[in-house]
Amino acid sequence: MRVWLIRLMALIRKEMLAILKDPSSRALLFAPALMQALLFGYGATYDLTNAPFAVLDQSRSAPSREILARIEGTGVLRRIATLESSDQIAAQIDSGAALMVITFPPDFAARLAAGTEAPMQVILDGRNSATAGAAGGQIAAIVARYNADLGHAPPVEVVRRAWFNPNYESRWNLMPAMIASLSMLQTLMLAALSVAREREQGTFDQLLVTPLSPLQILIGKALPSIFIGLVQSTIIFLIILFWFRIPIAGSVGLLYLGLLTFTTASVGIGLSISAVSLSMQQAMLYTFMLIMPLMLLSGLLTPVGNMPEVLQWATYANPLRFGIDTVRRVYLEGASFTDIAPNFLPLLAVAAVTLPLAAWLFRHRLS
Amino acid sequence: MTGLTVRAEALQKRFHDRDLGTVTAVDGLTLEIRSGELTALVGPDGAGKTTLIRMIAGLLRPDAGALQVLGIDVIRDPQAVQDRISYMPQKFGLYEDLSVQENLVLYADLHAVPLAERQQRFARMLQMTDLAAFTARPAGKLSGGMKQKLGLACTLVRSPDLLLLDEPSVGVDPLSRRELWKIIQQLVDEDHLSVIISTAYLDEAARCAQVFVMNEGRLLDQGPPATLRQKASGLTFTATPPAGQPARQLQARLIDAPDLIIDAVPQGDNVHFIQQPGADLADLLGGAAVQPRPEELEDAFMILLRGESEGQPISTPPTQPAPAMPARRGDGPVIVVRDLVRKFGDFTAVASTSFDVARGEVFGLLGPNGAGKTTTFRMLCGLLPATSGQLEVAGLNLRHARAQARARIGYVAQKFSLYGNLTVRENLQFFGGAYGLAGRDLRDRIAAMTRQFDLEPAAKSGLLPAGYKQRLAMATGLLHGPEILFLDEPTSGIDPLARRAFWRTITALAQTGVTIIITTHFMEEAEYCDRIAIQDAGEMLAIGTPREVREKAGPEGAKDMNSAFIAIVEAARARRAGQVAA
Repeated sequence: MRVWLIRLMALIRKEMLAILKDPSSRALLFAPALMQALLFGYGATYDLTNAPFAVLDQSRSAPSREILARIEGTGVLRRIATLESSDQIAAQIDSGAALMVITFPPDFAARLAAGTEAPMQVILDGRNSATAGAAGGQIAAIVARYNADLGHAPPVEVVRRAWFNPNYESRWNLMPAMIASLSMLQTLMLAALSVAREREQGTFDQLLVTPLSPLQILIGKALPSIFIGLVQSTIIFLIILFWFRIPIAGSVGLLYLGLLTFTTASVGIGLSISAVSLSMQQAMLYTFMLIMPLMLLSGLLTPVGNMPEVLQWATYANPLRFGIDTVRRVYLEGASFTDIAPNFLPLLAVAAVTLPLAAWLFRHRLS
Repeated sequence: MTGLTVRAEALQKRFHDRDLGTVTAVDGLTLEIRSGELTALVGPDGAGKTTLIRMIAGLLRPDAGALQVLGIDVIRDPQAVQDRISYMPQKFGLYEDLSVQENLVLYADLHAVPLAERQQRFARMLQMTDLAAFTARPAGKLSGGMKQKLGLACTLVRSPDLLLLDEPSVGVDPLSRRELWKIIQQLVDEDHLSVIISTAYLDEAARCAQVFVMNEGRLLDQGPPATLRQKASGLTFTATPPAGQPARQLQARLIDAPDLIIDAVPQGDNVHFIQQPGADLADLLGGAAVQPRPEELEDAFMILLRGESEGQPISTPPTQPAPAMPARRGDGPVIVVRDLVRKFGDFTAVASTSFDVARGEVFGLLGPNGAGKTTTFRMLCGLLPATSGQLEVAGLNLRHARAQARARIGYVAQKFSLYGNLTVRENLQFFGGAYGLAGRDLRDRIAAMTRQFDLEPAAKSGLLPAGYKQRLAMATGLLHGPEILFLDEPTSGIDPLARRAFWRTITALAQTGVTIIITTHFMEEAEYCDRIAIQDAGEMLAIGTPREVREKAGPEGAKDMNSAFIAIVEAARARRAGQVAA
């Protein structure tokens, strides 16, 4: 047993040294996590922050000016053009200069004064559906408030309270998911390259002639990758917590238990890719091929429940789906272990298949 | 045809490396190469041969000096030179998934060979290279020798004025090597093509009209082989050891006395050696009978190189065996192979092979490329499972006790296969740990190994010179005191000087009781082995002491191991062809 551990420790130490001593791979370990966390935090957002719109005000009346003032007063919608005629509308939307064009018909003020229905038109750029939807909602809310101020109270009012993300910030939704998805990109790649690099450079044969057993090689290769995956998750976690100030609702311990299981499953997939690949190029190609579907079928951007049933079944083999779900629920809703326990089963199943497969492939890949 | 193909004056090329600093690859080289001739560039690793060839081809720009190729200033107009030459680099870029024919067509397209000329040119190339029967086969499925011939054919799809070949015969077996040279000779004789070839084989250089000996970027000497050879005149002898004493022992004793002996190699049952001028050898030779022998180009080469490394003994590595090496002498064979078979799909790589290796033996596995020796070798080290048959290594069955068997063997791969960005010490620590060594044991063994192989523990392994990389590989293979050491073509692409040092290490190891299994392409190295086995097409053709194998080859092969090898393989191929015909 002592000798067994000596052998294992030697391998783990070598793996860590090999990763950390290479300046290019060292930079690759931490810089992308840092950069991507910031990029996603600032760049990837559906929130209205600076949405441009154009106005065609044919009514030129006090009510239209009042509504426009309220729209501009939100601070998130910015008027970029004032149009003269309706044939200018298309150009604004087509060119992408404006996200929406607001039109007040000539009889707008008159109808309003007469107490009849006074429609105003909002044309939205549907190519950008999420942001356009939010802008449309914003306008509707402003108009509703205006109506209320005029005393036209609607019979039924919907009062919205968003739980777990009170201000509906898409950053809150996206960022915790990054803890799982960004680090997965890196761990998958790291694990996928680990054996492939050795095969390409001929060092794997030298490793295979030592008395190291497949199990030892597996553990020795997996642990450093898992460790580095967790370090990356931690970097992103800290950025989210302290830089973007998204408060964590659940237990940090539970979060890490989930991350550990998730990273182990990812490393299993990575090592399996690595064990079949003959060169680093091949391993990278396989990894890129896999990453897209893993991301799309993860519920990162679109809810799994919206997918066709066949694809929903396919997501059970995707550790990222359960990784993201676990992180989101622990982070935002403060889920307890019993709440997220069902997530562990598919993750453990993936690890239980891929890790032994990789160990078997180390020696049995036909050359 | 007369005139000069290449004219270099005070040529200089430096490389800047972040870790190594500035390296001068070619240092003030002045030479003239005549056209219509076969010209050889010889020299140890790092002599600057490849750099010179790449500058002649216009692929590298010299830092200083003048270089004219085919009368054109190659520095000013490399394209004009490239339009008229053909260059085959060490590793030729064949497209492995394309067939032989498709590769030829591709290179003809790249060189814009007119369609009208192609048929005739292809036919000639295919006939010359004997590849006509394989035009439809993917290049990746050809043997090493055939690939090299196809590379040459692709290089020659157009008719150049100058052909540049950079070590075309590295890693090619004697048969393929002979065929390759037949083609080159034919090109010079029939087409009066100018050919510049760099090579590690001095018997190849001896066939050239003009030989340039390079070392560390400078020219040591030049001239026709017959003139160069005379340097060794009167210094070359053959010593015959007393009956019962292996030639290897005498060779080791001679080469360890650099003041008296310039070089010594085992040859047959004798030792060929070169003495220092005026040396008194009576004591050193003991009872060995000495006879003068005609000098060869290799002798002159060794004298030139030893003159360069004055004072340094040829074998820096171990003259004393490693201290903590557990001697496990005993009776009985240490490797037992019975009816070993390995199939890849329908293809039988190794067919029913049986042999034993005794403890402390140096056992050589020889064979042409694709003969099955690598497959056999990999099965012996436990890297490849056997399809059927019995394999016992160090008394352990490889089927049941693989990990235990692996603990008792050491392995040195063909190319450097340790972790380049780790230091020497870190590499040794890892492999020591992998073999279960730790703490004080590990420290002692690492200290012993770095001392024995003269290695700097803090040096980064990837930056070591080639010779030291191999020493590190040997140190790694021997760290855990294995009973058997496996070496896969350890001397491939290594110059004669380094090969001497390497074999000195091996013979010293064998004396400490370590069994050595080695594959090699250099047939003369078989003479260092106690026993050798020759394989072809998966079959064991001959096995025995070098002398027995030579005798088996008949009068044709009795001369030296190279001819013995060719005779044995050709006889077996003829027999097989006869069986198929019948």
